[in-house]
Amino acid sequence: MPLPYYVSPEQMMQDKAEYAQKGIAKGRSIIVMEYQDGIFLFADNPSASLNKISEIYDRIAFAGAGKYSEFESLRKAGIRHADIKGFTYSREDVTAKSLANAYSQSLGTMFSQEIKPLEVEILVAEVHDSSDANEIYRISYDGSIYDEKGYTVIGGKADAVKIYLKERYKNDLSLKEVLKLSIDALETTINQKLALENLEVAVLDRKRNGRKFRRIRIEELQALNE
Amino acid sequence: MNSWSSSFYDMLVAEHPNLLTQFKLESGIRSVEERGKLTNVPHGTTVLALKYKDGVIIAGDRMATEGYQVSARRIEKVYRCDDYSAIAISGAAGVCIEMARLLQVELEHYEKIEGVQLTTEGKANKLSQMVKGNLPLAMQGLVVIPIFAGYDVNKGEGRIYKYDITGGKYEETEYHSTGSGGKDARTTLKKLYSPDLSEDKAVMIALEALYDAAEEDIGTGGPDMVRGIFPIVKVINKSGITDIEQAQIEASYRQLINSRRKAIAKEK
Repeated sequence: MPLPYYVSPEQMMQDKAEYAQKGIAKGRSIIVMEYQDGIFLFADNPSASLNKISEIYDRIAFAGAGKYSEFESLRKAGIRHADIKGFTYSREDVTAKSLANAYSQSLGTMFSQEIKPLEVEILVAEVHDSSDANEIYRISYDGSIYDEKGYTVIGGKADAVKIYLKERYKNDLSLKEVLKLSIDALETTINQKLALENLEVAVLDRKRNGRKFRRIRIEELQALNE
Repeated sequence: MNSWSSSFYDMLVAEHPNLLTQFKLESGIRSVEERGKLTNVPHGTTVLALKYKDGVIIAGDRMATEGYQVSARRIEKVYRCDDYSAIAISGAAGVCIEMARLLQVELEHYEKIEGVQLTTEGKANKLSQMVKGNLPLAMQGLVVIPIFAGYDVNKGEGRIYKYDITGGKYEETEYHSTGSGGKDARTTLKKLYSPDLSEDKAVMIALEALYDAAEEDIGTGGPDMVRGIFPIVKVINKSGITDIEQAQIEASYRQLINSRRKAIAKEK
């Protein structure tokens, strides 16, 4: 019987990481930013129905970059987790922190135990009554979790977009301003014009009653972008 | 669980049955005493729904009873499910309230997973499955009889569904009322209802029907002027679901009681 080849754990992890990074780099970027009324989520997405940004719970939103089928199943798992928790306890007991931890655990396990790691990077954001309390968690393909402040970017050219935003992002921007900044950031890094129809934009607006998540449709985008 | 399912209820049944009210008695109810214990829990009483020209009105009194005792004066029996629908419940209060809560989560869950809302018919059918799931409890005396009312965005009209304990779903074209005072409320609705009512008129009819039910049925609570407790009335139309202010309901009741008082004085 032939012995299985020996591959060192370092080598295996490195290969998996490279594989996952390559998959994620193919996609377009998603920007999440705090603004004066809450949290702003922005994606370049030519499909109107295959969403990258989604509502998870009253104050919590999700964004996924990389392989659609993979982050879509993570998104659904997140909604299930949140709804079960809210039903068992109360709506206030559903938190982004617990959800982000669950994602981190599950991505970490997949990364170390499965042959093929997930080619995804995801964001979980929760809006609070004051901006200081807002939470944005970025979780990468290997389960590493980062607590972000102000703004963050996932997907294809994430680093380049972050560099662009670093010099220009300010606290308490208006919706109009964050939209403009996000469009400029993506256009500059990909070196081409973005069509408004190809944008997927949503906000977690703390001024809303009940569910804070709201999609910003094309008519409103046009009005904001004038 | 079938990961293709978008239903919260199905997921609970399959994966978290402990979160659902299901009492499995070893050999069922054995005696009248045992049945008495199980049925001597708070019961919600009269709820109703009626259509008006722009949509539908759904309302319910505020009393819960345990046998001949009042167990709660401020209970709510009409719940908003989503922007375009509401459920009103009568029967064993604990099971009823849980079912209303479950339906709220169910509709929101579906909307988030699928990215679109269920159709009114779809929501009504889902509720039918939930009522059917309660049949074992209903056989032991814990009955849930809801009314589901919604504004059908596709059809542009209000819709009303009633149910029986087996989950049987029946659409009503004008109005319906259920619970211990349901029959009394229906009599009033039958006399006063006409198609294409205005919102104000329809709300007034709903309040009057609940008032008559409270007069005839000991389980139904009337307007409580002392404590300021009045029925819950919700209006559902194309701009969504809204609550009628308690102050407005109080004013309507004062008017109603005055006119009845005058009518009786005239008879004398």
